[in-house]
Amino acid sequence: MNRPPSMIRRIIGYVFAVVFIIAGWWITALLVNSPALPTPAATVGVLAQNAPTLVPYFWTSAYRVIVSLVIGTALAVPIAHVFARSRTLDALFAPVLYLLYPIPKVVLLPILLVLLGLADAPKIALISLTVFFQVLVAVRDSVKIVPESAVLSIRSLGGSRWDEYRHVVIPATMPAVFTSLRIGVGTAIAVLFIAEAMAGSTGLGYFIMQSWSMVNYPRMFAGIIALALLGVVLYAIFDIIERRLTRWRS
Amino acid sequence: MDEHSINDILFEDVNLTYDGDDGSLVAVHDLSFEVAAGESVAFIGPSGCGKSTTLHMVAGLLKPSEGRVLVGGVPVDQPRRGTAFIPQDLGLFPWKTVLQNAALGLTIRKVPESEARTRATEALEKVGLSGFERAYPKELSGGMRQRLALARALAMDADILLMDEPLSAIDALLRESLQDTLLDLWLERRHTQMLVTHSIGEAVYLGRRILVFSERPGTVVAVIDNPDVGMAGYRASAEFSAKCQEVRIALANGSSVETQGGDPTDSGAEVVR
Repeated sequence: MNRPPSMIRRIIGYVFAVVFIIAGWWITALLVNSPALPTPAATVGVLAQNAPTLVPYFWTSAYRVIVSLVIGTALAVPIAHVFARSRTLDALFAPVLYLLYPIPKVVLLPILLVLLGLADAPKIALISLTVFFQVLVAVRDSVKIVPESAVLSIRSLGGSRWDEYRHVVIPATMPAVFTSLRIGVGTAIAVLFIAEAMAGSTGLGYFIMQSWSMVNYPRMFAGIIALALLGVVLYAIFDIIERRLTRWRS
Repeated sequence: MDEHSINDILFEDVNLTYDGDDGSLVAVHDLSFEVAAGESVAFIGPSGCGKSTTLHMVAGLLKPSEGRVLVGGVPVDQPRRGTAFIPQDLGLFPWKTVLQNAALGLTIRKVPESEARTRATEALEKVGLSGFERAYPKELSGGMRQRLALARALAMDADILLMDEPLSAIDALLRESLQDTLLDLWLERRHTQMLVTHSIGEAVYLGRRILVFSERPGTVVAVIDNPDVGMAGYRASAEFSAKCQEVRIALANGSSVETQGGDPTDSGAEVVR
């Protein structure tokens, strides 16, 4: 109801954050005084100058991350529901999950490179795997807290299994999907960077490391900014969806 | 079947046994009783005596292990269209708005959306929740949430209303006003009503008949007629206190554990003096 004041407060918050970050960056750049870390002012020029070469690399990376997020989620959500539904399966696979979850999936990269080549496939496979485990664990936990009385309500109304999913299970677990995606974006981008830096000649990871080896620091920095931007945009998208889905909680 | 109304409830020698990991548990034993069409019956008894189980069987959520549960002369083997069930913690959907919650019974029964919205809006008006259609349950007080659960049943135009300790989470003063709402609705609509409660005052204020349950395995140990329900000023009357005392004695007789004493007009919540 008091939308305008809270909106203005949020905008002020973001403006403050941006000013704070830019100021911190500026001071650090001045102190470090190295061509590897240009000031924010210099970066604007660097970005504009490198934009034409940068754009195709950016889209390649964005494509890989987004496809991986979709694949990882699409596999994790149904499996999480099956686990939550069947006590036997859950008991059987809980220890497997427990052992596999903490392994940093990025160490599998060399294997995937051998098996899948140097193009998109190994990168997408690796990021999907990372996302898969994060979403699986989050959704599996969220299914367990589905309110029993809501399920009873549906059943007493003569609702079908599908009604239980539509009115209870899906709305109760969707927020967990987007929370885990939002939190997982940082890891996904990190894995993307490592995979692109190590193998192939496409994507922002490659662009950054290539610029580094050419000692073209402004170009390198433009790549870093682009990769950061990709992370921020995805994070913001998931954050917005999550907020929409959890309005009822606030 | 002719002697039945479409909404009377009949239990015939019902037994229900849960099979758990550590053996089986008899929840209700040899349960036989009848609730006539348009009657309001309160069920009272110690915790875990099978009162909720009994309601679940009427709602079609559980099947008796032995015996029969009949509604309108027909064995209940699935949820029935005209039966509204309000579970113990109300079964509201936190992610749905007040209006969506009120309309849910109709949505599931595939009533066209515009009609569902109209009927839900009317039901909300009836329970005094107009203006809150777009709010979420979390933004409502306990009493308003209770009214919302009631609105859902009203929107469905139920002829049987089953309530499992619906007012247990509500403070004493508000409780009485909600009991008045329940009573007024029943006097107006004359649906068949089954109310499970652990409050003597609530049972006496709302139940035209009071069925007292024993401890597990639950069965009816006393049936107390309570014809003054709905009488003006009943709660403050001597008849009401006497009836509460009668229920209290029946409860004490039906259970091996001593029941707690107290003010006979206590409506179930602690009153600080």
